[in-house]
Amino acid sequence: MATTTATLRGTVADTLVRPSRSLWSNAWWKLRHDRLTIAAFCMLALLVALSLAADLFADNVFNYSFSRQDLLHTYEKPTFSNLAYLLGTDEIGRSQVVRLLYGGRVSLGVGFVAALVNLTIGVTVGLAAGYFRGLVDDVFTLFVTTLNSIPTLFLLLIIAAIWQPGPFTLTVVIGALFWTGISLFTRGQTFALREREFVVAAKTIGARDRRIMFRHILPNILPLIFVLAAIDIGAIILAESALSFLGLGILPPTPSWGNMLTGATQYFVRAPFLVYPPGVMIFLTVLSLYLIGDGLRDALDPRIRG
Amino acid sequence: MRTFILRRLIYAIPTLIGVSIITFAIVRLSPGDPIRLYTFGARDITNEDIEALRRVYGLDKAIPLQYIDWLSRVVRLDFGQSFIYHKDAGSLILEILPNTLQLAVVSLVLQILIGVPLGVVAALKRGSWVDGMVRVFGVAGHAIPAFWLGLVLIIVFAVQLRLLPSQGMLTVGRDQWDLFDRLKHMLLPAFVLSLTGIANYSRILRTETLDVLGQDFVRTAHAKGLHERTVVFVHALRNALIPVVTALGGILAALVGGALVVETVFSWPGIGRFTFAAAIAKDYPIIQAGTMIASVLLVVSYLLRDIAYAVVDPRIKVR
Repeated sequence: MATTTATLRGTVADTLVRPSRSLWSNAWWKLRHDRLTIAAFCMLALLVALSLAADLFADNVFNYSFSRQDLLHTYEKPTFSNLAYLLGTDEIGRSQVVRLLYGGRVSLGVGFVAALVNLTIGVTVGLAAGYFRGLVDDVFTLFVTTLNSIPTLFLLLIIAAIWQPGPFTLTVVIGALFWTGISLFTRGQTFALREREFVVAAKTIGARDRRIMFRHILPNILPLIFVLAAIDIGAIILAESALSFLGLGILPPTPSWGNMLTGATQYFVRAPFLVYPPGVMIFLTVLSLYLIGDGLRDALDPRIRG
Repeated sequence: MRTFILRRLIYAIPTLIGVSIITFAIVRLSPGDPIRLYTFGARDITNEDIEALRRVYGLDKAIPLQYIDWLSRVVRLDFGQSFIYHKDAGSLILEILPNTLQLAVVSLVLQILIGVPLGVVAALKRGSWVDGMVRVFGVAGHAIPAFWLGLVLIIVFAVQLRLLPSQGMLTVGRDQWDLFDRLKHMLLPAFVLSLTGIANYSRILRTETLDVLGQDFVRTAHAKGLHERTVVFVHALRNALIPVVTALGGILAALVGGALVVETVFSWPGIGRFTFAAAIAKDYPIIQAGTMIASVLLVVSYLLRDIAYAVVDPRIKVR
């Protein structure tokens, strides 16, 4: 009798119970089979590597610094014969390909730092509003409704135009403007989680509010915050490029993908080849971030189980 | 319904006051002094003159007092005199508001006319190459920088093919009611402005149609022996269209914000470009009027969206 139960239990366990996996290993397992997301990861890694190694490339491969001008070789057409002219030269003879590499530093740097700022603000404020409710939440709602009633990009461009901030201030300003979506999401999740048993349990053993918020509730939201972060960085890079294009934000001689297009109207007839590459770089960066966001959502959202 | 609209209108008041405080603070706390900027290089100007000018424009008071002054006049729809044009800032903005509105409305129509069918077709032909293309576009459409797309379209259609004008709203010398001419000028900017929305709608409609097609009432309709076309268009689509209205909020915000960039690329004389130029020139009254009106536009669009939502979806209780 005892042996039969044992064998029975053995077979049931073999067929029905798969080895338990944590959320992260489960997500990793799913991600490994998602070719599009892997491709996007590789693309982003490549772009980051290229812009980090911009100095190396400029010194050793192209032998052309990003600020070097050459008025005898303006509007050089793209050519393989001279590597520095791989993508042509601009109106004062600067190498387009070298500037493109350096431009990545600005776009990616601003994107990541600003996203860090707005994630910090958004998550903290959202957690507080969702956890404390009552007056805190009312003030939060009023403030977010107000901020959402001003078109964000419009406000950002106006601020940039009258304050003319430097790169660092600009990054903080972008971070301080783009947090409402994240905080609304965090608030909604916190609303639901604070009623769950594990939060009640933590309360009964006397955990303090801050501990409950950051140790018990936050880890449950964190996976989806990563998804939002990826999309967020993409949106910020787009906003920064528009700013730099309008002649604000990152100013020359520091090249950014946006400010390389500021003078684009001069290129329309003579050198349209100068217009395409910066836009393609922005597009590829933002696209890979959005695809990573999508892939992470599929992998991390517990409601989507493949 | 009337109480619902009324309540929403009342809720809009604190929001707009908040908006006015934020914009006022951003403008008035900014570094630099407009009076010094405008009198720069005038050699015979004295410090007393500058003080007098400051008094004329009310810039000598403490900022909270300036705000109260400004607000009390804005309530009477007086946004103050523009520093540069020496005309009423409110009427200057209202004069060009229709230009932005027509661009936004045409873009919205394009978004729905292109985005919705794309999403529905993708869902109906799930797994086909059409579906694949639409899904790629649904993500890629968001990742294209609008200003760059504008530049590329100008190069292709205006510089190389010489088919469409690249700048402005009308050909110089043409009658302003020449609708064909105006449409030609609008085509490129409206398309650029609508791109994100098209991507958005195609994505939402695809998910939503797939979702609705899998529901019980659609199976029932099939089981009753209804024609495929009737099932799709009468039963499924009507329900799948609800998110078209829900998504409006984000799309409208993107329209108003994106208009500034698109207007600059195509030299479209709208409020975005106008306010932006004023911001660079530190023309306080215009910046404040422009930002306020852009926000009012957004608040009104949100209200219209909520009303439309309540009308479209009978499950929403109007309170």
